This record gives sequence, C-alpha cells and structure tokens, in this order.
Amino acid sequence: MDIFGSFALLLALGAAVYAFAGGIAGIATRRPLLSKTARNAGMAVFGLVTLAVATIIYAFFTDDFSLAYVSAHSNHTLPLYYKFSALWAGQEGSLLFWTWLLSIYAFFALFLNRKKHPELMPYVGVTLAGVQIFFLTLNNFVASPFRVLGAMDATGAMHVARLSDGSGLNPLLQYYEMVIHPPILYLGYTGFTVPFAFAMAALLGRYPGEKWIHITRRWTMVAWCFQTVGILLGAHWAYAVLGWGGYWAWDPVENAALLPWITGTAFLHSVMMQEKRGMMKVWNVWLVFVTFMLCILGTSLTRTGVVSSVHAFAESSIGSWFFTFLAIILVVCLAAWFKNRDYLRSDNQLDSLVSRESSFLFNNLILLAACFAVLWGTLFPVISEAVTGNKISVGPPFFNKVNVPIALFLLFLTGVGPLLAWRKTSFDSLKRNFAWPLIGGVIAGAVAFALGFREFYPLICLILSVFVTLTIAAEFYRGARVIASRDGTNLLTAVGELTMRNTRRYGGYVIHFGMVLIFVGISGQAFNQDIQKEMNIGDTISIGPYRILCQNFDQPSTSNYSSDRATLEVFRNGKSQMMLYPEHRTYLASQVSETIVAVQSTPLRDLYVVYAGASPETGKPVIHAYLNPLVKWIWFGGIVVVLGTGLAMFPSRGAALALRPVAQPAWGESVAPGSAPAIAPIHRSDGHD
Amino acid sequence: MKAQSKFLIGSGIIVATLLALAYIGYTQSKTYYHTISELATLPAPEQHQRMRVSGNVRGGSISHRDGRIDFVLEEQGKSLPVSYVGSDPLPDTFKDGAQALVEGRLQPDGDFTAEQVQAKCASKYEASPTGAPIQPSPTPGQSMNPAPGSSAGKS
Repeated sequence: MDIFGSFALLLALGAAVYAFAGGIAGIATRRPLLSKTARNAGMAVFGLVTLAVATIIYAFFTDDFSLAYVSAHSNHTLPLYYKFSALWAGQEGSLLFWTWLLSIYAFFALFLNRKKHPELMPYVGVTLAGVQIFFLTLNNFVASPFRVLGAMDATGAMHVARLSDGSGLNPLLQYYEMVIHPPILYLGYTGFTVPFAFAMAALLGRYPGEKWIHITRRWTMVAWCFQTVGILLGAHWAYAVLGWGGYWAWDPVENAALLPWITGTAFLHSVMMQEKRGMMKVWNVWLVFVTFMLCILGTSLTRTGVVSSVHAFAESSIGSWFFTFLAIILVVCLAAWFKNRDYLRSDNQLDSLVSRESSFLFNNLILLAACFAVLWGTLFPVISEAVTGNKISVGPPFFNKVNVPIALFLLFLTGVGPLLAWRKTSFDSLKRNFAWPLIGGVIAGAVAFALGFREFYPLICLILSVFVTLTIAAEFYRGARVIASRDGTNLLTAVGELTMRNTRRYGGYVIHFGMVLIFVGISGQAFNQDIQKEMNIGDTISIGPYRILCQNFDQPSTSNYSSDRATLEVFRNGKSQMMLYPEHRTYLASQVSETIVAVQSTPLRDLYVVYAGASPETGKPVIHAYLNPLVKWIWFGGIVVVLGTGLAMFPSRGAALALRPVAQPAWGESVAPGSAPAIAPIHRSDGHD
Repeated sequence: MKAQSKFLIGSGIIVATLLALAYIGYTQSKTYYHTISELATLPAPEQHQRMRVSGNVRGGSISHRDGRIDFVLEEQGKSLPVSYVGSDPLPDTFKDGAQALVEGRLQPDGDFTAEQVQAKCASKYEASPTGAPIQPSPTPGQSMNPAPGSSAGKS
C-alpha cells in the first residue's frame, strides 16, 4: 500500500513539473498543442493525488498500523468517520490533504476554462503547477504520509514493523465539527490559489480588458465563503469543545486564518473600483498576491513552531521550506509587477470625499490596518526577539484595542457605502437615504441607554446595527415597491423578483446583514458572566435568571473512554427548565482527558456549563457555569453570510437590464437609489459578470 | 481642497488613532518570555515585568495549599518555585513531569506567582502532540494570551 501511494505522489510531482515546464515552453514557443499537453498534465495531477489520498484512507479503514501516520492517529476502536478525518489530524496527512484540495481547484479552474481565454489559461496553468510542485515536493520528500514503521530484528537488519494497535486520534478532534471544519477551512486556504493564478496570469500575459478581474472575483468569492465558514466552524468548535466559555482568543492560528480573510474581503470590495472606474489596479493585484501569501504563511504557522500556539503541530524543519517558498512567491510577484507596472495604470482619480470610491478606499484602508495589526501582533514574539533579543508577546487587549474600533467603523461603512453614489454624492441624496435609518439607530440607542445599557462599544454597535439593517431594508423596500406597483404583485414576491434580477447587489446586502448579526453576537461578549463553585448533590448556584441544582454524579463509560458526569437541573422563575449533563472524559487509548460542555442555547443567551474536575483541596466536583448573551447570533449570522454569498454567485435574471436605468442601479453602479438617475454615467461592465 | 488630499488627511487621522490604540494595547498586554536561568541575571526593572516562564514540573513537587497550588519548575538544572493563585482549575494535562508554561510575576523573594498555567503532556508519538491546556479567559480586559488549546488538525 505504502509503495502504491508513494508512487502515485511521485507521478503527481512529475505531472506537475511537466505542467509547469511544458506550460512555459508552450507560452515561449507559442505552440498551442504544447500548452494543451501541459494543461492535461495539470489536470492529471488531480487524479494521481486522489489515488494517494484514497490509499491513505484505505490504510486507515483497514487499520494498517505498519504506516507511521496511521498508527499515530488511529486505533481499532475509532469510529469510521473519525478514521476518515484522521487523514488531516497530523502534519503529513494534512499537507497531503492541502495538495489534494488544491489539485481539485486546479482541475476545475483548468477544466471549466479549457475552451476559453486561450491567451490567459496557459499562464494560469503554469502558476497553479508552480504551487503544486512545492506542495508535492513536501509530500514526497519532506513529510511523506507513507512512511512505514521500521524495527530491527535479531540479526540487526531493518524490516517493516506493524503495531498491534495505534495510539488513537486526539480526543479533541473527536467531535463532529472536526470532520468538516478542517476541510472547509482548507478549501478556503487553497481556494485563494486560483485567484492568485488568474491575477498572476493576467499580469504576466498583459491580458487586455477587465475580464480577468471578473473571473478572479468569482473564484475569490468561493474561497472567501469557505474561509468564512471555516473560521466560524473553528470558533464554534472552540466554544463547544474546549470548555473555556469563549470562541475567539487571538491565538496565532486563529489569526492566521483571519488574515487572508481580511485581505480577501478588501479585494472583493476594491475590485468594484476597478470594474466601474478603472481605478486601484495595482492595489487589487497586490491584494490578491498578499492574500495568497498570507494563506501560505497561515499554513506554515501551524506547522513550524515559529509562533508558539497550542494549536500547532509538532515543531519541525518544514518551516525553512515554507519560508523559502514565501520568499520565492514574493520575488516572483515583485518581478511580475515591476515588469508590467504600466499595464496597471489607473484610468480615473478620486473626485469627492463623499462618494462610493472614497467609502471603498476607507474600507480598504482600515481592513488593511486590521490585517497589519493582527499580523504584527501574531508575529511580535518573533519580531521582538530578532530586534531586541527579548521575546515579547502581546495578548487580546492589544488585538481588541485596535480591532474593535476598526470593526465598528467597518460596520458604519457597511451601512453608508452601498448608498453613496459613484464620483460624488449630493447632500439631498444623503438626507433621503440616511435620515430615517439614522433616526432609527439613534432611537434604538436612546432606548437602550434609558434601560441602563451603558457599555460604550456595545452601545455604538447597537446603534450602527440598527442603522445598517434599516438601510438594507430600505433598499429592498424601495426596489420592491417599484416592481410591485408595476407588476401588481405583493411586496414579498417583488422582493424575490428584485433579488433575482440583480443577485450580486442584493446578495451583497444579505451578506452585509449577516455580518450585522455576527457583530451583534460578538458585542454580547461585553455582558458575559461566569461563576464557579464546588458542589455536592443538592447544592445550587445562581447565574442570571437561572438557578442550577446539582442532582447527581455518575461515571458513564464506554470502550473508548471513561467519564465523570454531573446531572444538573436548571430552574428559571422556580420552574424546572431542563437537564444538563456536563462531562469530563478520559480517553483510554491515549489517556488524554477532555471536557464535554453542556450548553443550553437560546437566541438571547447561552447557559454554558462545564464539569471542571474535582477540587484539589476538597476532592469535591467543581462546576463552572457561564452565561454568554447573544452567541447564537454569530452562528446564525454565519449562515446568512453563506446564503448571501451563494445568492451573489447565482447568475442574475436578464430582465434586470430593462428596468435598471430607472429604479435598479446594479450593485455598485452609478446612482444611489432614490436619487436622480441622471448623475454619473455608467461605466464599463453592467455590474455582474 | 482636492478630494485626494482630504482623503489622505482622513486616513492620517485614522491611522494615528489606531497606532495610539495599538500602543496602549501593547503596554497593557506585553509579556516577556524568559528561561529560568535568565531570571537570576535580569536587571532589576525587568524582574518586575509580567512574564512567561516554561519548564518541567518536578516530580512530587505539586502540593495543594489553602487558596493556591505550589510546585517547582525545572529547566536545564535550574529550578523555580511557583505558586499558582488563579481561580481556574489547572488543566488536565498538568501533572508530575509535564511541560508547563506559567504566566505571572516574579516576587522579591525569588518565588514566582503565576496567574495562569498551561501544560503539555509528554506525547508518546512525536507526530501527535497533545497540548490541551484549557485556560478560560475570565474577562476580555485581562491579559490572557494562551488560547484554548487544541492540537493537531486545526489550522
């Protein structure tokens, strides 16, 4: 098995090298047939890596403990679906998984465009193959998942050894979300390779027109959506499994996933400046480049031990590979940009401070500031050690101080930006679009203040959330009203019709609304409470509106783990509400303990209860209860963001064209809704590709 | 004034504000890493900074006192007595011989008062590190560096 898998990986590397070298030769000699063979080799990589992945999965399913990787991450009693997820539980497997997902993306990027863009695609193929060569080199020669266990026999000769059982999967990963969170996050990380390849291709090939920017934007949305979901699933996993009552801790690995998300978000916005006004071309190309580099950096941070994180894999020498690769990418990007910088000359200049353009500029400025702050804070131990010789780390106060105001300013722009006109917005249109939402927000803030709501940032967040929600609702209402009165349909049907006619614009609004929900959820953190107490049977603790009565302690155990469990009854207003069963498990194969949190989640608040083990002084069980308001809004907001992204990628119905000049300026088009349609000419594309 | 210069001024204000906030956050949460052998040679002002020290828990040194837990960290032959005064229960992985990271301040008598302890158990296989310190973060305002721990697989 190991030989078959290794061989498939080696062939995949060969195919990638051919796709790279043959692709370059094809471009240089202008022979389409050569380019075609290179493309086919690029697609073949997918098939070969798939064989290798199938081999390792087969080894997991058949409990082949002669493979070092399998014996380190699985055992006989591990449930089947976790044997599958064990594929990405360690360094070697997760790198193979990275390569595989990348090969899937590369396959689709090449296959879907096989008959299109003959000038562009050879460059895309070469760029993709270049990235694949790097990862396949790691898979083959640095971190092969097909390493076999060796043992010396009596005569001193080495032969393959087979363990009777493996050491089992890390219990923290034995959770259903861990079966889907890593693949989705990896789909985000790897996905940004495709926009990178297209941007690089357009720059190197000096591809005329803005077509490439539409393609790049689409692929970025795919990767961005996966990255969003991946980050949120990770946060949810941390919340539901780790038992510390929170979901985000500014850990280096969380930050690593956030960085490309931030630059990807910046790109998705600033790209509209290029589509409509021919501005920001250099900026956009660099955003795509930087996003990709941050993905590689993020992938390496978990693997190299450069930044100490409790998430990290075992330290290894693989870091130098990654940093060499990053340096190569940077040099290639700089060279490609420098050689072709005249290709990226801007067509227009900023006309007014109160315009769509400037709102995008501010959006990008502060997103980049957030990205820089997070990157700086994450790498600070490394930087400070290099500069001063002292290793200094910074904690959440640093990240929060900088990023909370940034986030609120972004929220403000979310409401304002889409309603500003291109070039210049008149005071009248400002008043028309923002008067009511602003009044609504201020009223909400005043009511909250009167009710005793005094935290500064959450109050601002509340006002802005109401404001943004109202601007979005008003947008839907204005458009739908026109359709409803013309077609004689009811308003709800008209909203659907409106959305389908310009999915990109209204999908964007849905995403914005999802972000508002997430912001509301995060601001709930300011009101978290927790209490910890040693409890005997019959004892109670009170937190918020709840009273928790300890009913029983027992030890339910299975063949996989042994456990201590508390049975708690939760009362509210004297009435019994529910039973909670927080647990503390010890896995038998690995002797690792784990906390199983009991959560009662409602839209208003989560009651989150942890069995914190026995008190060292008295031996009595300790129960730690948290009351976390509004957490559910975060997960729900995430679902809304995904739906919005799906909507925005859905092709618009053609009928939009006929109506648009009057009441439906396309997403990001010239006229602020409700304002006179005469201002500002329509530029370039029709708003959706 | 031209729109572009207005934009630059606005950007300047935003960036300056953020830099100021970043500096405040930095001074509130910066934490130094030191090794046990370094502690003795630190100049006086640096001895009172908040810091992180790592080492192995000396076998048999863990003792539960009233309101605190005492133990001794060892590294390269040097040792450091530590008192843990935090309210959270110690992580499951904290036991004799475990690799531990403590965060807190050095006392004038040379003992270390830790507000936080993270621990990693010595892993059987190098490819499956299990660092699972579960460190609750009580209030967002406090300096809480260590994240909830997982290990392999999350990236």
